[in-house]
Amino acid sequence: MNPYVVPGLVVVVLVTIGIGAYGLRFARTTSDFLVASRSVSPSWNAAAISGEYLSAASFLGVAGLVLRYGVDVLWYPVGFAAGYLALLLFVAAPLRRSGAFTLPDFCQVRLRSPLLRRLATVFVVFIGCLYLVPQLQGAGLTFTTVTGAPYEWGALLVGVVVTANVALGGMRAITFVQAFQYWLKLTALAVPVIFLVLQWQSDGRPAVTPPTGSVFATSTTVVVQQDAVLDGITEVHAGQELSFAAGDRVPEVSSVDDNRGAAWLLPGGDASLFATYSLILATFLGTMGLPHVLVRFYTNPDGASARRTTLVVLGLVGLFYLLPTLYGVLGRVYTPQLLMTGQTDAVVLLLPEAALGGGHLGQFLGALVTAGALAAFLSTSSGLLTSVAGVVFTDILHAERGGSVRDFRLATVLAAVLPLGLSLYVSNMDVSRVVGLAFAVAASSFCPLLVLGIWWRGLTDVGAAAGILAGGGAAMTAVLLTVMGPPLDGRYAQLIAQPAAWTVPLAFVVMVAGSLLTKRRIPSDIGATMLRLHAPEELRL
Amino acid sequence: MNGDPGEAGGRPPLRTRVVLGEAAAARRASPDPVRADLAEQTPVGEALVKGLVRAQLALAIRLSLVVAAGLGALPLLFAVAPAVGRVKVLGVNLPWLLLGLFSFPFLLGVGWAYVRWAERNEQDFTAVIRRPEA
Repeated sequence: MNPYVVPGLVVVVLVTIGIGAYGLRFARTTSDFLVASRSVSPSWNAAAISGEYLSAASFLGVAGLVLRYGVDVLWYPVGFAAGYLALLLFVAAPLRRSGAFTLPDFCQVRLRSPLLRRLATVFVVFIGCLYLVPQLQGAGLTFTTVTGAPYEWGALLVGVVVTANVALGGMRAITFVQAFQYWLKLTALAVPVIFLVLQWQSDGRPAVTPPTGSVFATSTTVVVQQDAVLDGITEVHAGQELSFAAGDRVPEVSSVDDNRGAAWLLPGGDASLFATYSLILATFLGTMGLPHVLVRFYTNPDGASARRTTLVVLGLVGLFYLLPTLYGVLGRVYTPQLLMTGQTDAVVLLLPEAALGGGHLGQFLGALVTAGALAAFLSTSSGLLTSVAGVVFTDILHAERGGSVRDFRLATVLAAVLPLGLSLYVSNMDVSRVVGLAFAVAASSFCPLLVLGIWWRGLTDVGAAAGILAGGGAAMTAVLLTVMGPPLDGRYAQLIAQPAAWTVPLAFVVMVAGSLLTKRRIPSDIGATMLRLHAPEELRL
Repeated sequence: MNGDPGEAGGRPPLRTRVVLGEAAAARRASPDPVRADLAEQTPVGEALVKGLVRAQLALAIRLSLVVAAGLGALPLLFAVAPAVGRVKVLGVNLPWLLLGLFSFPFLLGVGWAYVRWAERNEQDFTAVIRRPEA
């Protein structure tokens, strides 16, 4: 095992706890705890938002998808970044001006409906869990890959560190932790990639898509995990060891779905136009509905700085997403055995040692990316937990009857127990896919609520609730079918696997129609609310 | 800190309660002549706010159309004209460059333009509101 990994992981955990504890010294009141007393500067805040956003799906999943499927999945990183543009254009400044801290708060401010508030709470908790479970699972799987220790330990370790940090430090601490973790994640991918590209140059630029199909760069032994058929001819059985020499062609494995040759290199492989546009809609519009993203906007002092912060986030996130693609492409050259095992999510972790050899440089860079992966799990799950705990705190524990720091800690533990338990018992969910589904649910529920709520005077509570139930409910059902149901086939399978292309328009249509039918329920103070959402603060309205 | 109102013997409590969302507090803000003009929703005030909202929305929609045309049309383009996918620039297939590299500065550029123009819209609004006061 790589001798640098354990010290690297220990340093990340200790620094995380250390910064959290340092932040704790400033967290004295509930407001410090939740909103950092608005004393966070925009650059810190932008780094924190980015750090919180770049999850396991971004750090490991995107490179894995690129390795496996090629150019079609580049829409994932593009969409993950473009989500911030949609947020900037339609939501950032007015949302900050609304003074809402969470999505349920926004329902209260804009539509004054306790019922809608409760509905929003259900969706926040659902999306939060849907996003949190794969983070913890990813942590467990990384832990197993790198140390060989049991999966449960990795998930538990990250779960406990995160829960303790959120419960003890609150958001003030989290802001600094998240900002640190953005830079750690960027460094952890950027430094190794320089060495990887140099290595690729000095190896004489081996072709990424050789005409004869992918070949092994070095002699490799692959242990078969489950019975499969190679190249449609040779049957292999679990436990069998297959040895390949350098230059051997990588056989196609029947149990692993991947794209080879032109299907990998050129667009339109097996992804249909419907699936591509569905993914684009989900990621472009889903970001604004993710609970842990919105909470952060409250830490901006005013609407204009919320806009500037979002712009910086767009830059930071875009910078980061340049890197995973390179890992996926180079993985095609140096770790083609992952195409046989199907464990493509591990490409970022394995590539440095595979390309640079088992020397100190390769091992050190391998430890660096592993530390970055840990930072990805820690930061996203901290942010999610803070936001879900914030909602549990206000809407389930009813903290307005004297919210105390102790109640917030209780809310944090409550919010952590369910996803942690689920992540221990449900282990066959696919990380990047579940995260994509969370985007689809958010895009079909909160995106229409926010966009129509901010820009259209005619929205009513009944219309909003109907739209969320129709679009969000449909997306939620599709997600539950995908995650827990039997594998689907046939022409309708895509509608369930990538639901956003029909659930998002459905939510908008139902929301508008429902509001038009209940015009009398338009809040009487809508003029004042619109003024507050859109007028610059410098007027002190 | 003497926070208990009962113990304080009639004095108002010193501790303030933190209310999330601060919605109620902001709504009860002290009266202000400018605010009154707009918030009491005189036809003039109402029209001004509607104008601002419309300007900002039009700007956001225009820029999203730019993104829809620049990025959103790509899958369709690749499907309709597969030859585009085979074009190589500096040895890399064009779709890889467009999506993997150029999409991010493009998004950032659109965002930058939005921030600039949205702030200008707000300055115009502020100027209109402040002029009669000055």
